[in-house]
Amino acid sequence: MTQSNGNGQNEPLLSVRDLSTHFPLDEGTVVAVDGASFDLYPSQTLGIVGESGCGKSVTARSILGILDKPGEIVGGEIMFRYRGRNSDREETRDLTTFDPDGSEMRDIRGREISYVFQEPMTSFSPVHTIGNQLMEAVMLHRDVDKSEAREIGTEMLRRVGIPLADRRMDEYSFQLSGGLRQRAMIAMALSCSPRILIADEPTTALDVTTQAQILDLMINLQQEQDMAIMLITHDLGVIAEMADYVVVMYLGRVVESAPVDDIFHNPQHPYTRALLQSIPHIQTDRSQDRLASITGSVPHPYARPSGCPFNPRCPAFLPGICDANEPTLQPIGPDHQVSCFLHHEV
Amino acid sequence: MTAETPVAQNGERLLEINNLRKYFPIKQGLLRREVGNIRAVDDVSFYINEGETLGLVGESGCGKTTTARCILRAIEPTSGEVLFRSESGGTVDVATAPRAQLRNLRQEMQMIFQDPFSSLNPRMTLMDIVGEPLIITGVARSEREDRVAELLSMVGLRPEFMRRFPHAFSGGQRQRIGIARALALNPRLIVADEPVSALDVSVQAQVLNLMMDLQSELGLTYLFVAHDLSVVKHISDRIAVMYVGKLVEMAPTDELFDSPKHPYTAALLSSVPEPDPRVRRNRVVLQGEVANPANPPSGCYFNPRCEYATDICRSETPQLREIAPNHYASCHRAEELGLAGAIVDRGG
Repeated sequence: MTQSNGNGQNEPLLSVRDLSTHFPLDEGTVVAVDGASFDLYPSQTLGIVGESGCGKSVTARSILGILDKPGEIVGGEIMFRYRGRNSDREETRDLTTFDPDGSEMRDIRGREISYVFQEPMTSFSPVHTIGNQLMEAVMLHRDVDKSEAREIGTEMLRRVGIPLADRRMDEYSFQLSGGLRQRAMIAMALSCSPRILIADEPTTALDVTTQAQILDLMINLQQEQDMAIMLITHDLGVIAEMADYVVVMYLGRVVESAPVDDIFHNPQHPYTRALLQSIPHIQTDRSQDRLASITGSVPHPYARPSGCPFNPRCPAFLPGICDANEPTLQPIGPDHQVSCFLHHEV
Repeated sequence: MTAETPVAQNGERLLEINNLRKYFPIKQGLLRREVGNIRAVDDVSFYINEGETLGLVGESGCGKTTTARCILRAIEPTSGEVLFRSESGGTVDVATAPRAQLRNLRQEMQMIFQDPFSSLNPRMTLMDIVGEPLIITGVARSEREDRVAELLSMVGLRPEFMRRFPHAFSGGQRQRIGIARALALNPRLIVADEPVSALDVSVQAQVLNLMMDLQSELGLTYLFVAHDLSVVKHISDRIAVMYVGKLVEMAPTDELFDSPKHPYTAALLSSVPEPDPRVRRNRVVLQGEVANPANPPSGCYFNPRCEYATDICRSETPQLREIAPNHYASCHRAEELGLAGAIVDRGG
């Protein structure tokens, strides 16, 4: 898989190959991620889109080594290119071989790869001030003392557009509004100048006008700090606005991946097409016609269909093929991959 | 609305809200003295015609849910009128109606809730959930079963499901159950509070389609409360926009999206990300935050964030006025601003 990202750096920063993450439970094994592959390039915004249960958050947590128990990575690799703390040259290491709680992984988390969660309410500790939490993150990864850490923290709050940053340092998370809290979360994630920011539904809990502010902020900070963003969301509007390259997931699989324009204007997988047709638009003239909807709903994780995971809901279902064989992600054009038997042989 | 649903045309007013207010007291100190109040709904007036869908939009905390609840008198309004034209022909003020009368009225107005997981009792079967309103109105058991079966098939569920419990169903199916329950007593007005916001996009479309089909079959009137403008646009004939407890604009859907008259509406429209990478627009990003309803700014509540604010906006509260036929806005400068709408020409 090769793709250009516009600025000539053609080596991916992060390369996920055939990642599989399972949750063995008493009732059965939940296959949350089932052989997902994609690349993230420097300065790129990679959008990962899918409905609830498609494995987009578990993918992100697998990369960071923060899976909830009993989740475990059972296959595949996560190649990350970075310069270790005591090394003077870049090397590419497989994150799945690291101990999730070990010092190497702890060093990468926060310093190299940061994470912004969906729910700003619960991602801060309510018993510590915003400042203390920010300073803790800074001091953990940078060689600075307390007063320097406070300065860096205050500066970060200022940069994400929080008014009266110095005073906010001494406030608690519950004293901030949802939008300010998400800004503080981003400030914390960016305080160590990470190379990758993983943002998991960063604006889903926010109102549209606040969402617009946060998305703008992310675009500006990305340009300033030259970092790559992995943006996970179910909102196709946000994807269209932000992403350079898009990965569409369904039931733990990547069903299509392509540059953002191809996803919206030349989608090839029946699921991607159906997803696009089922959303109401605000800019086109209103026709109170029926929306195209996808029949049925996402299957229960214990009842995964055999063959292609989308086959029971697919309008282009081929009997005897789609329910008997598993399609694989195959290139169909420049930077465009699809996992569907309409596009490749069994 | 298209030709298949003629009921929407020239419908009579079913509901008229006049100067509705709901203030929540802020109590402080040992004696719980009232030190102020939160104006959740502050002098709101609008109407809904029979057979139409009015979308009520706004950001969290703007009072849209409180307004919806006052209309059903699930909470007591502080003041104002909620005039409902009941089936018998007479007009009743729901805000002041005595309990006995309210009970009859509630058969005509029902609610659909946001969260399909917490709005259904997990220990009741579908038969009990959907049939409960029928028990209250004294329908015999045998008839009840037939009616529940009929209701379930109306919302696209198999009648055999009536012996099952809600946990066996997905979010979209649960929302269908909630709709069946709301329809049990043949209501005329349905207040739907964020009915699709907890659902996945593919399922959201199914539920929206169902609601539109039921409206044309049964001639229902909807008050559709939501924060998602593209959803509201799809289903509504007219839209009312709220900001900090006040109605700032109300207009027919296409007109509101085409030529908004209030700067807040324009900003709201421009904040919605359009699912098309070719139309990445220059968004009007609103600065600052929503005003505090316990301590609102003087004049127009939107003035601290409004790029068009002048002296009059800071001193005088604008009233909701009819700017064009059927197009109401509460902005001192509504006529002169010429704000941009959301509908753009894609040029092929």
